[in-house]
Amino acid sequence: MTPHLLKLSGIGKQFGGLSALTDVSLHINAGEIYGLIGPNGAGKTTLFNVITGLYQANSGEFRFNGHSYQTPKPHLLAQAGIARTFQNIRLFANLTALENVMIGCHVRTHAGVFGALLRNKATRTEERASMQRARELLRYVGIDKPAQTLAKNLSYGEQRRLEIARALATEPLLLALDEPAAGMNATETERLKVLLQNIRAKGITVMLIEHDVKLIMGLCDRVAVLDYGRKIAEGVPDEVRGNPAVIAAYLGADDE
Amino acid sequence: MINYHKYLNNNRFILFVVLVSVLLLPFATDALLGRGWVRIVDFAMLYIMLALGLNIVVGYAGLLDLGYIAFFAVGAYCYALTGSPHLAAAFPLLFPDGLHLSFWIVLPLAALLAGGFGVLLGFPTLRLRGDYLAIVTLGFGEIIRIFMNNLNAPINLTNGPQGISRIDPITVAGVSLNRTQEIFGIELPSVHLYFYLFLGFAALVVFVSHRLEKSRIGRAWMAIREDEIAASAMGINTRNLKLLAFAMGAMFGGVSGTLFAGFQGFVSPESFSLMESVMVLCMVVLGGMGNIYGVILGGLMLALLPEVLRHSVVPLQQAMFGKTIIDPESLRMLLFGTALIVVMLYRPAGLWPSRVRRRELATDETEQIV
Amino acid sequence: MEIFLQQIINGLVQGSVYALVALGYTMVYGILGLINFAHGEVVMVGAMLALSALTAMTGWGLSPLLALPLSLLLAMAGCMLLGYSIERIAYRPLRHAPRLAPLITAIGVSIVLQNLAMMIWGREYHAFPQLIANQPHHIAGAIINDMQIIIIIMALAIMAGLMVVVHRTRLGRAMRAVAENQHAAQLMGVDVNRVISITFMLGSALAAVAGLMVSANYGLAHYYMGFLLGLKAFTAAVLGGIGNLRGAMLGGLLLGLIESLGAGYIGDLTGGFMGSQYQDVFAFFVLIAVLVFRPSGLLGERLAERA
Repeated sequence: MTPHLLKLSGIGKQFGGLSALTDVSLHINAGEIYGLIGPNGAGKTTLFNVITGLYQANSGEFRFNGHSYQTPKPHLLAQAGIARTFQNIRLFANLTALENVMIGCHVRTHAGVFGALLRNKATRTEERASMQRARELLRYVGIDKPAQTLAKNLSYGEQRRLEIARALATEPLLLALDEPAAGMNATETERLKVLLQNIRAKGITVMLIEHDVKLIMGLCDRVAVLDYGRKIAEGVPDEVRGNPAVIAAYLGADDE
Repeated sequence: MINYHKYLNNNRFILFVVLVSVLLLPFATDALLGRGWVRIVDFAMLYIMLALGLNIVVGYAGLLDLGYIAFFAVGAYCYALTGSPHLAAAFPLLFPDGLHLSFWIVLPLAALLAGGFGVLLGFPTLRLRGDYLAIVTLGFGEIIRIFMNNLNAPINLTNGPQGISRIDPITVAGVSLNRTQEIFGIELPSVHLYFYLFLGFAALVVFVSHRLEKSRIGRAWMAIREDEIAASAMGINTRNLKLLAFAMGAMFGGVSGTLFAGFQGFVSPESFSLMESVMVLCMVVLGGMGNIYGVILGGLMLALLPEVLRHSVVPLQQAMFGKTIIDPESLRMLLFGTALIVVMLYRPAGLWPSRVRRRELATDETEQIV
Repeated sequence: MEIFLQQIINGLVQGSVYALVALGYTMVYGILGLINFAHGEVVMVGAMLALSALTAMTGWGLSPLLALPLSLLLAMAGCMLLGYSIERIAYRPLRHAPRLAPLITAIGVSIVLQNLAMMIWGREYHAFPQLIANQPHHIAGAIINDMQIIIIIMALAIMAGLMVVVHRTRLGRAMRAVAENQHAAQLMGVDVNRVISITFMLGSALAAVAGLMVSANYGLAHYYMGFLLGLKAFTAAVLGGIGNLRGAMLGGLLLGLIESLGAGYIGDLTGGFMGSQYQDVFAFFVLIAVLVFRPSGLLGERLAERA
């Protein structure tokens, strides 16, 4: 049996009187690439935000890496090993690319105020390691611009990749990507696909929301489909593609 | 390679020149402008310390503290109470001569107390939107003044609006700073001695700010300032780090306050009005939020501005209208208010933008040097 | 018992004023998610304008019954213009800037207004002219005078009027739409900038009324009066649930009562250690308590950082 890295059971989320998610159960296996698709307004982003702790579910059980979380806070989940990117890129715009990634190292480093003031050996070593790692990650995701470039001055595709580098710096078990290919052209999307496959090859589990069905189908091991806040299908891409409920959901959405 | 060395030597040379001129500053000021101005320069040093403390809160962590002067007041009253004959009034049996604690004992205690107040204020507000911190600190600045003004009855703790006087001067290694001392044949008046003391403290604050800025903690603060949600998604405990920034800023305020009390020998609630908080904020904003040197520049400019105004606006108006229509004090506040608006609208990075913005302009060169 | 009743009356009068000012904070917050720090100063300017107009008009021999409403209208017009300008100059250009920016310009505007007022009207307290007979009425040992009755009735009438505007008119619907979702409202053809301007003007008009009321009640106006009043009215808005109109009214009245009862009994409660000079600290502790225990306020919804 493959170990479940993430297991959600019966997750429900309401905003005011509106149900955004109803009884969603799913699990993500360690080492796989898991896709989450669905028509607009299906609750993908809400589910994504529940998984990364930005929203707290109103009901259901949340287990990650063998631990159960009652009210998962974003920083605790990052600590536990879930890293994320944002649909509408949220970089630290006025900081440099290097600093952005080094901030990702925060959660795995320890220097406090006294370390900062005394700048003792441990702090210096840690700082050097963070910088080293940040530079490696910048290269790894393919940002060739100088590391001192401000995040806001990078190109769109570079910003997307910088977000991934920053997330990887937290040394995640699960990398959650919110529409990573949004706004990318075909070449950039292809590069992204290779990058994600590389990341998985390093043993990091990947979960992504994506509109680009072709990318999802070509990349994911398993896919879940949401519609109206419920999970209507789950399985390997080919299976899901043929699922009548999924076809209906997508055709229904196209009609609008 | 040669260029690199030249750059370094050049920098060292500049540093040396700056250091020497700062050390000679009280003498030069004394000779050129008179002793009164040395005192003004001393106050400017205090303001620079305050502004650097507030810069940690506003500039690094992006939190707006509108009652910063309250922490200054906490520090000042700490030393005023424990370093003067005043406690004899409240507890004549316990302290017949007042409690004359050494400045150097009170200093860390005052810093801790101010930091404690910072935590008390920050704790309920920092989990909410930043606006709440602004308004709560604004209120706190006013509340603390109400207490200072009224805690003179039934037990005379603060002596009310009259304030506390006859505060012991600061002594360094047994040498009192409020008397002229002779060192190596050079006569150093009290204001000079305090200048060097404040210079030392200011250097310490600069050092601390600098170290924090370039550390894991400083980066986390700036991440929070840039995007709090993204910061927490990166595993930063935003609440604790905001609290840390706020408490550290408060501690700097407390330290400056004890120095103020010792220097001035007298404190009263009047010195801690909202306008003082606004002035310190203005120093940070005008100079350049987040940039140590910008903040120093802002502090220096605004601390000297009232004196400049006093010596220019009044004579100017006298000459033009034969009387003073606008008093320099309200003109100063008017300028501060306008500066806050204009800077935020047209030059949000301040007069001296932080290193990042400059780096932005010179990306390629810096990269080669690194 | 008489003291109790008297404090209730005083509290209601003061609370009506807080409610009017709190409405200004809450309307702007509801629509822009911004605390308009300068609002307290608008109240001050309203009071000063009304007072100046009143003094001038009665000086010309105008009957007080005519001069009072005229000067109120003048003050309202002046404040509406002021509110409009504040939004245009200090907030609108920064609508998409980091959140710190409009907060800083807001405090800048407050300082500018305060010092301009000091230059125009001086540092001294201005006495409110005794215009109407201001008959005291005795109710079970407590006293309420005509002016206080007028204040309470007027405040209630204005609040009722505001509720009608917000819930029954096209403008009100546009305001609620912008508060709910600015972008969507824009797509639906609502002129968002116009709605925001009108909101600032409405809030400022209420501030002018409140300014006149405060100075009439205390018989005084002063260039510094806006600061504490603004702080307290903001507390009232938070107490009721910021962004919520009914909450602002409830919070205002409650805060007035808390303050007045607190000031009346603090001496007894602390064994004479603290007296009524601490009246101004209650609002602050109420604010802290609300933020700790119920940050959404009595009638409000969640207000923690939104995604």
